[in-house]
Amino acid sequence: MKQTSKRRVIRALGALAATTALTAIAMQPVRADTPAPIEIGITASLSTIPGAAIANAAKLAIADINAKGGVNGHPLALVIEDNQTSATNAVSSFQRMVNQDHVVAVVGTWISEVALALEPWSARLHMPFLVTGAASNDISAFVHKDYAAHKYVFHAYFPSAFLAEGVCDLAHDVLADQLHMKSAVVISEDAAWTKPLDAGYAGCLPGAGLKVLKEIRFSPDTADFTPIFQQAEALNPDIIISGWAHVGVQPTVQWADQKVPVPLAGINAQAGSSAFWKATNGGTEGVITTSTSAPGVANTPLTIPFTDEYQKAYGISPAYSAYSTYDAILALATAMQAEHSTKPDAIVAGLEKTDITGTQGRITFLGQSSPYTHALRFGPGYVTGVAIQWQSGTQKCIWPANLANAKPEFPGFVKLPKLASAN
Amino acid sequence: MLILQILIDGFAISALYALGALGFTLIFGVSGVLNLAHGAVLVTSAMVAWYVGTNEAAGALAGAASGIVAGVITSFVTYAVVVRPIQRSKAIPEVERELFVLTGTLLWGVMLQIGLGYIFTTTPVTVHQLVSGTVNILGVRTPTNEILIAVISWLTLGLLWLLVNRTPAGKRLLAASINPRGLTLMGVELDQVHLLAWGIYGVIAGIAGVLLGSFLGTSSAYIPALTGTAFSIVVLGGLGSVTGTVIAAYVVGYIETLTAYLISPSLRAVPALILLVLVLYFRPQGILGRR
Repeated sequence: MKQTSKRRVIRALGALAATTALTAIAMQPVRADTPAPIEIGITASLSTIPGAAIANAAKLAIADINAKGGVNGHPLALVIEDNQTSATNAVSSFQRMVNQDHVVAVVGTWISEVALALEPWSARLHMPFLVTGAASNDISAFVHKDYAAHKYVFHAYFPSAFLAEGVCDLAHDVLADQLHMKSAVVISEDAAWTKPLDAGYAGCLPGAGLKVLKEIRFSPDTADFTPIFQQAEALNPDIIISGWAHVGVQPTVQWADQKVPVPLAGINAQAGSSAFWKATNGGTEGVITTSTSAPGVANTPLTIPFTDEYQKAYGISPAYSAYSTYDAILALATAMQAEHSTKPDAIVAGLEKTDITGTQGRITFLGQSSPYTHALRFGPGYVTGVAIQWQSGTQKCIWPANLANAKPEFPGFVKLPKLASAN
Repeated sequence: MLILQILIDGFAISALYALGALGFTLIFGVSGVLNLAHGAVLVTSAMVAWYVGTNEAAGALAGAASGIVAGVITSFVTYAVVVRPIQRSKAIPEVERELFVLTGTLLWGVMLQIGLGYIFTTTPVTVHQLVSGTVNILGVRTPTNEILIAVISWLTLGLLWLLVNRTPAGKRLLAASINPRGLTLMGVELDQVHLLAWGIYGVIAGIAGVLLGSFLGTSSAYIPALTGTAFSIVVLGGLGSVTGTVIAAYVVGYIETLTAYLISPSLRAVPALILLVLVLYFRPQGILGRR
């Protein structure tokens, strides 16, 4: 019995060795003909909408780049690792991608906690790492504080401070100027990214024309939002400014259910996805959120073709992280092409010189002197993001003025300041 | 005004907690199984209700009905695939059986969680509500759905009480929870009693899942927290005691609501957890526990 099984194992091993040898011989001429692909690592939580969007957009990006001949004659290829929103999984898959798959850079993650866990590994392994959806200020602050070690990290999305500025610009142009609002209550989830966001709101909302009556922070596992909305409503604000990403569906649905008479705007990241209408059973009607772009909005000539291509390939509209990931890979390919190299330091040098048109706008990274070193440059002429509002089941763009395709509209239960009702 | 708000708001959430924990305590009482896949059964029902009701646009009622059916199916599958094989296995020593069932249901819950996450993504969705709109109760604007949830929860509790105390099948369930050996000696097939218990469990978990999903939303990511809440409530009320579970649900629901209104929404869950620790120290059998 034992003899036979041993013999069987030996025979199997022999066959395996023969096959391997044959395959190796068969592979030889192919290798000589086609240039080896340049591998790029993707880390994302694939069961979340923004995480899946990162992987999807990366696939479209390399397909578009390869269709134009790749990078210095080499095609790009992806190694996609699901980090399951776990920092531990993300770290081990990061190491695997670097040491086994020999990727030239890693792109992804929309969770700040994961991005911050990977940052030291990017430094230790000298591995370029482009963060394309997380928002903590610390991601770029660490690069600023210890440039020599952390220069491999690029924050190809916005730090919370810039996200707050985007909301304040929207508040100034639309809420205060168009709708004559004067006061706000800030309601944010308790998470790493909202601390600088709330500080940003407190700093810039008054300048935009909205007095902040109160800041309410709640635990992300809050089930019943009634007490929070009651507290806000009692203060009679003209608007509720949100800072939500981990939550979104529950507070939005309860806001609509309870017919809270105060309109809802700010950052409601999940509302940026086209799946949000069905997820909330239409409860999101009238909700305003800032995002990177939206269907039908042409931030640049690349935006609409990308949105359409994405929608055709995956059946839903791109989440915010799709635009940032597509642009990040475009920047990465441009950097490698310009430096004629895939070496880490050459990629860093190339990325620092980035000045390309992406799907979000003009893409450049901030320099060493900025406290947000290697973060995406924010502002008019670069990338500002857009504000979308859900109107009758579709996302309409209401800001900035040059991209807007609709005027703000609110459900019947919302009370607007007197002057605005004349509009 | 604030007091009334707290009373109304706390009542609805507590009724929902009671219903959510009811199935968990029932199945423990009747068959001694701590079903750690409980949260997964709730979320499966809610997800199916959302999928049929909203995604396939079949409407709220059809969605709710499919959700309850999904609850019953998941319950039977849990029993047939996970619990029963372990209970019958000759390879597992008698004394370790409960521990194996506990581990088995825990892993089954994780499998369901990951499966649901990949099918529906972990982004939450809301089950279509049966009614919309708000009602003004003495100046407190209350969603009609919240009132309906409280009514359905109490109806379900009442029906279960009637079933257990007024029907022969229910009396057999009760007997199984007190003295299973005695019941076997009376010539009752314990297997059939267990099957009935898992059926009732599926219906209750299905209703609870659908209602929870319409009030709080649902996502595979909520599964551990839902199992945890049900577990805490049941431990607080006394394992296996239905009345204890209802009392504990109201204690937890009102403490949470009071904390959210009077202290801070971000500390909502803390006092109830402190209470749970105190109960485990000073009255480990829970409020109305028998063991």
